[in-house]
Amino acid sequence: MMTRLVPYPVQSGLLTILWMVMTRFSLGHLLLGGALALLAGWAMSSLHPERATPRNWRVVPRLIATLFGDIVRSNIRVARLILTEGRSDRRSAFLEVPLQLRSPTGLAVLAIILTATPGTAWIEYSHDRQSLVLHVFDGAETDHYLGVIRDVYEPMLQEIFE
Amino acid sequence: MSPLDDVPLWLALPVAGLVMLGSTLTLIGAWGFLRLDSFYDRLHAPTLASSWGTGGVILASALLASFQQGRPILHELMVGLGIMTTVPVTLMLLGRAALHRDRAEGKLPPAPDRDDGPGKDE
Repeated sequence: MMTRLVPYPVQSGLLTILWMVMTRFSLGHLLLGGALALLAGWAMSSLHPERATPRNWRVVPRLIATLFGDIVRSNIRVARLILTEGRSDRRSAFLEVPLQLRSPTGLAVLAIILTATPGTAWIEYSHDRQSLVLHVFDGAETDHYLGVIRDVYEPMLQEIFE
Repeated sequence: MSPLDDVPLWLALPVAGLVMLGSTLTLIGAWGFLRLDSFYDRLHAPTLASSWGTGGVILASALLASFQQGRPILHELMVGLGIMTTVPVTLMLLGRAALHRDRAEGKLPPAPDRDDGPGKDE
């Protein structure tokens, strides 16, 4: 009964807080935001039957910190490559990355991480082959990206979602 | 008298620095978008604007607004979160569409074996 009424308690709670941050902390907005968050939860449960709640929250801060550092570094790298475009011998490349990660939510988070970080773009994931096609801006960094995904992000996401 | 007149120097400097950082990265991203030759390369340029380009501007805005209102203003972080989670969706759609087209036209060394097609890998 409770799970049908509030299918995604964490997400609905966060949405309510988000609503109040964007508007104002008051009883009226708590009720309005709460109602909207419940509606969103129902809509989501009819779209996405698999539960997406992280099993292990302790890794999340480490993931965020690592991602933050990587985004700063790759901003610098890609900005420099764009500014020297034509004078450097940069070549972009397609990579095929085999993945151990199976959880759809984990894969979605990995897709956001890779695409939000300048320099890598998630192009395609194949369930059958369990591998990902990635486009990297600087082909010389191929090994670096393969290593980072395999040794850093994938294990963390597996810990969180599997 | 502008409302910015009473902003002290110790705050004005980091705010100006963050705005400059964000707008410069956005400009570099736009420049790359204009100049890069291949479609797949152009996918990377706007991520400069959507990561620290946005980040610099929203942090500056949050700092200044918090000072002027006298309480922490965090609305901007929601903008950042929204951009961070929605930009990849657009870029992935564009990337996949380009890949699909290039494979159909035989321009790209195709993926090792072809199991593409919408729906199949969802």
